[in-house]
Amino acid sequence: MTQGKITRKWEAFPGQNRFYCNGRLMTAPHSGVFLLTVFLITGTSALFFIFDCKYLAENVTVAIPIIGAVLFIFTMSSLLRTSLTDPGIIPRATNEEANYVEKQIEVTNSANSPTYRPPPRTKEVLVKGQTIKLKYCFTCKIFRPPRASHCSLCDNCVDRFDHHCPWVGNCVGRRNYRFFYMFIVSLAFLAVFIFACAIAHLILISKEDSRQFLDAVKESPPSIIVALICFFSVWSILGLAGFHTYLTTSNQTTNEDIKGSFTSKRGQESFNPYSQGNVCSNCFHILCGPLTPSLIDRRGLLTESYMAELARPITTEPVLPMKPYPIQNMNGPTHITMNANEMPGIYRQTTETTESNAGSVTHLVSSEQPLAIASTVHQMSLAQQQQYKSQPSLNLGRAHHAHHHHYHNVTSSSASAAGGSSPPPPPRVHKSQSLADNLNSEDLHLDAVVLGQQNKFVGSSRLDNDMTVQDRENSLLSANRLRLLQDTTMIESALDLDSLDDSSLGTNSQNGLMKVMV
Amino acid sequence: MSNHHNNGARASETEQMAQSQYLKVFVQRDYSEGTVVKFQTRFPPELEGKLDRQIFEGTITRLNSYFAEAEKATCSTYCEGCLACLTAYFIYICKETHYEKCLKKVSKFIAEQNERMYEPRGLKLTDPSMRGLRVLEISCLDRPPNV
Repeated sequence: MTQGKITRKWEAFPGQNRFYCNGRLMTAPHSGVFLLTVFLITGTSALFFIFDCKYLAENVTVAIPIIGAVLFIFTMSSLLRTSLTDPGIIPRATNEEANYVEKQIEVTNSANSPTYRPPPRTKEVLVKGQTIKLKYCFTCKIFRPPRASHCSLCDNCVDRFDHHCPWVGNCVGRRNYRFFYMFIVSLAFLAVFIFACAIAHLILISKEDSRQFLDAVKESPPSIIVALICFFSVWSILGLAGFHTYLTTSNQTTNEDIKGSFTSKRGQESFNPYSQGNVCSNCFHILCGPLTPSLIDRRGLLTESYMAELARPITTEPVLPMKPYPIQNMNGPTHITMNANEMPGIYRQTTETTESNAGSVTHLVSSEQPLAIASTVHQMSLAQQQQYKSQPSLNLGRAHHAHHHHYHNVTSSSASAAGGSSPPPPPRVHKSQSLADNLNSEDLHLDAVVLGQQNKFVGSSRLDNDMTVQDRENSLLSANRLRLLQDTTMIESALDLDSLDDSSLGTNSQNGLMKVMV
Repeated sequence: MSNHHNNGARASETEQMAQSQYLKVFVQRDYSEGTVVKFQTRFPPELEGKLDRQIFEGTITRLNSYFAEAEKATCSTYCEGCLACLTAYFIYICKETHYEKCLKKVSKFIAEQNERMYEPRGLKLTDPSMRGLRVLEISCLDRPPNV
C-alpha cells in the first residue's frame, strides 16, 4: 500500500524474518531466547573478568585474562554472525517460475510414469547414484533442493537446513553452520575455562590462608555463582559440540541425522552422497570451504518489476470485505460526519419498519455505504428493504441488538428535542426542530457515539448482507472498498467528495451534522 | 486471478502484464553431482528453431564451469576460510569472498552472452543469482506466454 516508502528488497521480504540496520542484519522472528543467551554469556563472563581475573592475573599469570578475552570475543563474534546473517534462505519462486514448474508437473502426469502419482508433489533425483526425493514447497513454490528444508518459524526454505536454533535466534543452515559450529566449540572452551579459573580462584584463596573452602566461597561469592552457571551449562554445550563434531566429520545435518536419511535400511545400501570422502576433507569443506553469498538481495533496490515477479499472497489476495468497516470506525470525526450525512435518508427508509427485524437490517445495510453517493444510497436502501423483508430472520441476534441501539438513539434524540412526541415519522423534522431550538452539542455527541456502534455491527453482519445484495450494489460496494483501501488520506478525500453531494463541506462532525439537518 | 479488485496490486498489475507478455523457459538444476550449482544441459524444446543447440550447451557448460570454480575445494579457498575463522570472521566485513568474485564473473558472462548471442535472437538470459541459483531463466522476447 505504501509503495512510495519501500525502497529496499528486505522491506518486501515474504518470510517472517526481522531485519535491522536497513537490511544488513537479519534474524528470526522470536529473539527472546537469543537475548537470554547473550545475557548469560556476557553476564557470566563479566562476573568472571571482574572478580576472578584480577586475582588470577596478579597471582598466577597474565595469560588468563588474555585467553579469556580472546575466547569471549571469538564466541560472541560467532554467535552474532550465526544469528544475524542469512542462514542460506532460498528465495521464493517468481510467478512465472511457479507456473512453469506447475506445467512440468502436469506433463509428467500425463506421461503415466509409475513413479509420479496424481498430485506428484515430490520429484526424485539421483545424486551420485543415490535416489533423493525432492519435496515441493507450497509456500516457496519450488522443489526444495536436496538438503534444503522449510523452516516453519521463519517461513523460508533454507539450504542445507540443520535446525532452527532458538538459542541463537536463527535457523542454522548452509551459510551459517560454520559460525554455529565455531560458536558451540568456542563456547564449550569458554565455559570450561571460566569454570576452571573460578574453581582455581576459590582453591587459591582457601590455600592462601589455609581456611575451609566454604570460607573462600564467602570471601568471593561471585566466583561460586560463575562456577555453578558454567558447571550446569557445560554438559549440554559439550554434548552439543561433540554431536556437531560428529555431524561435521560425516557431513550430515541434524535434520538428516534425526531422520536417518543415510542409514541403511531394509537391506538397502545407503550412503551419504554429499560426503567428501574422508573425515578431514568433510571438516575442511564445511568449516573452511567456499562460503555461498546470500541469495536474497536484501539491500537491493526494490523495483516495480521485482514486486510483480514475486508470487506473494499478501498483496495479490483481495483484502476481505470485513476489513474496511473497522477501519472506518477508527477514522474519527470525519467518518461520523459522513454517516450523519446519510442518516436522514436512512431514517426515512426505516421508520415504518423499525419494529421488525427486517427493518433494522435494512438500516444496517443502508448505513453501511458511507462512501456511496447519497442518491444511490437512497435507491439502494429501497431495494434492500424489499429484499430483507422477505429474508427470514436467522442471525438477527446481533442485528436486533443494533436495532435497539438505533431505536434508543432515535427516541432519545426525539425526546430531548421535541419533548417526547410519538416516535418517528420523519425524524428529520425532529432534528431540524432541535436545531431550531438550539444546537445541543450533547445530543449530537450521543448521536455520533451510537453511530459508531452501529458501524461495528454493520461490520460483523457484513457477510450475511453481502450474500443477498444485488450485483449493482456489489459493484458499487467494491468500488467503495477500492477507495477505502487506497489509504487513509484517500478515504478522507472520498468523504469530502460525498459530503459535497449533501451540500456539506464540513470537516468536523458538528459542522457536518448542522448542515445535514438544515 | 482474484486480485483484479484489489487496488493495492493495481499499480503492479500493469507491470505484471508487461512482464508475462513473453514466454519464459526455465533450465533446472542438475543435482547428479551433489549440491554444487550445475544446470541441466538438456535443450529445452521451447527453444527449438530459435537457438542452436551448440550455443545453448556452450553457455550452460561455461556457466557450470564458473560455478564449479566457485565451489571447488582449492587450497586458496581453504586458506581464506581458515583466515576468516582466525580473525573471528571479522574479515568478512571488509573482504569479498572467492564465491562472490565468481558470481560477479557469472553476471558479466551472462551480460556478454546476452549481448552477443541471445538478444539478436530475441532471447534473454536472467542472471541465476537473481533467481536464487535455482534456475536459469530464458525469456523469449517475441513470443507470448502459454504457447
